[in-house]
Amino acid sequence: MTKFIIIMLSAVFINNYVLSRFLGICPFLGVSKKLNQAVGMSVAVIFVMLIATAVTWPIQIYLLDPNSLGYLQTIVFILVIAALVQLVEIILKRYIPSLHKSLGVYLPLITTNCAVLGVTILNIDEGYTFAEAMVNSLGSGVGFLLAMVMFSGVRSKIEGADVPKAFQGLPITLVAASITSLSFLGFSGVIENLFA
Amino acid sequence: MNEILTAVIPVVIIGLICAVVLVAASKFMGVKENEKIPQIRECLPGANCGACGFAGCDGYAKALAEDSKTATNLCVPGGDSVSRKLSDILGVEFEDVIEQVAFVRCSGDCAATEDRVEYIGISSCAAAKQIFGSKGQCSFGCLGLGDCAKVCPNDAICLEGGIARVNTNNCVGCGLCVKACPNNVIVLTPDVQRAITSCSSKDKGGVTRKSCKNGCIGCKKCEKVCPLGAVKIVDNLAVIDSSKCSDCPDFGACARECTTGCISLAYPKVRNT
Repeated sequence: MTKFIIIMLSAVFINNYVLSRFLGICPFLGVSKKLNQAVGMSVAVIFVMLIATAVTWPIQIYLLDPNSLGYLQTIVFILVIAALVQLVEIILKRYIPSLHKSLGVYLPLITTNCAVLGVTILNIDEGYTFAEAMVNSLGSGVGFLLAMVMFSGVRSKIEGADVPKAFQGLPITLVAASITSLSFLGFSGVIENLFA
Repeated sequence: MNEILTAVIPVVIIGLICAVVLVAASKFMGVKENEKIPQIRECLPGANCGACGFAGCDGYAKALAEDSKTATNLCVPGGDSVSRKLSDILGVEFEDVIEQVAFVRCSGDCAATEDRVEYIGISSCAAAKQIFGSKGQCSFGCLGLGDCAKVCPNDAICLEGGIARVNTNNCVGCGLCVKACPNNVIVLTPDVQRAITSCSSKDKGGVTRKSCKNGCIGCKKCEKVCPLGAVKIVDNLAVIDSSKCSDCPDFGACARECTTGCISLAYPKVRNT
């Protein structure tokens, strides 16, 4: 049980996908302008990360590894995740239209997102069991949500600030993103001491 | 050659399986678009204003086609003509569009209240709201920096004495200003003869009194005098139920009794037709 908690907490805080590993920066900068958009995107990411892990982990362990095809990992994962998300979208549209509506455009948008691919590959590299991999995916998704929500708050403050002309637009956003990621450095070492 | 094949074949097979599954899924589980949708969409004005309460004209067309309970008279900018066309397509009875106009629920102009802070930031209500909560004495009132006037497509809103005022003759009731206002001061009201509280302050009477001469102090005089029971004091603020406030036998009694003059009487706008 302790192991699950450690995996979960380190995925959310210490190895935060956006702010420590710099994966999934594109939605982090692209859809963090409004809080509700940021939350919608993040919920879709959590959802896709979980189903992608649930499918890619067995493929790696039971299909690729026994046939010593481990080097096909990246391309097979991209293929499977893209197809899977399309399939899920069709199913959702048919059976749970309300969920499909709220996930909306974000679902197809993240089929090939690097954070999703990153979490599936790192699950394999870390040698997690299936349950551990699922917990790690959930934690990574929640970490993404946390980063998005925090940053959308920062951005709405920037909107109202008197920014020097040379910094307006993307430059000030990137500066703000780097300072936000600095704040997550404070978490390094916390988990080791928590369960020591 | 063999090495290449051992790599290519599994990927091709996985790709083919995915393709077959996707084709099967879209064949058996795909959702057919209702054929009425483009037809309905054609009739709508295409302003995507959201006054109907759906996400743009496409959203409204979809709701109309799929749910027969959706009212055909929700398109305010389109008015009666659009409602008539929609009811023709759907084969339901024509309903008159109750036009709506925006109303600024604040009467704290320069004469009635003053600024709490001297605000020199960018000229936007949203920015001022974020920094000080509000720049005026009253934290519920109009900030007077004109976010609503900027989004109004018909120049129906002007700033007068430091607060926004709606020229109802130009207002089409699209509700863009309602969304733009960070203090939720502006509301859409049915464009009929009615009384409206022109104050949004939920502060206690004494606090409101100190910050603004025209604010509602929740004295309940209007509640007592209203013959239709349409006025209720909720959170120290007179709330007038617009559905009950119609054909009043003693129209204007609430405004006459009001101690601070914060109840406005509004009349339907002058129509060209």
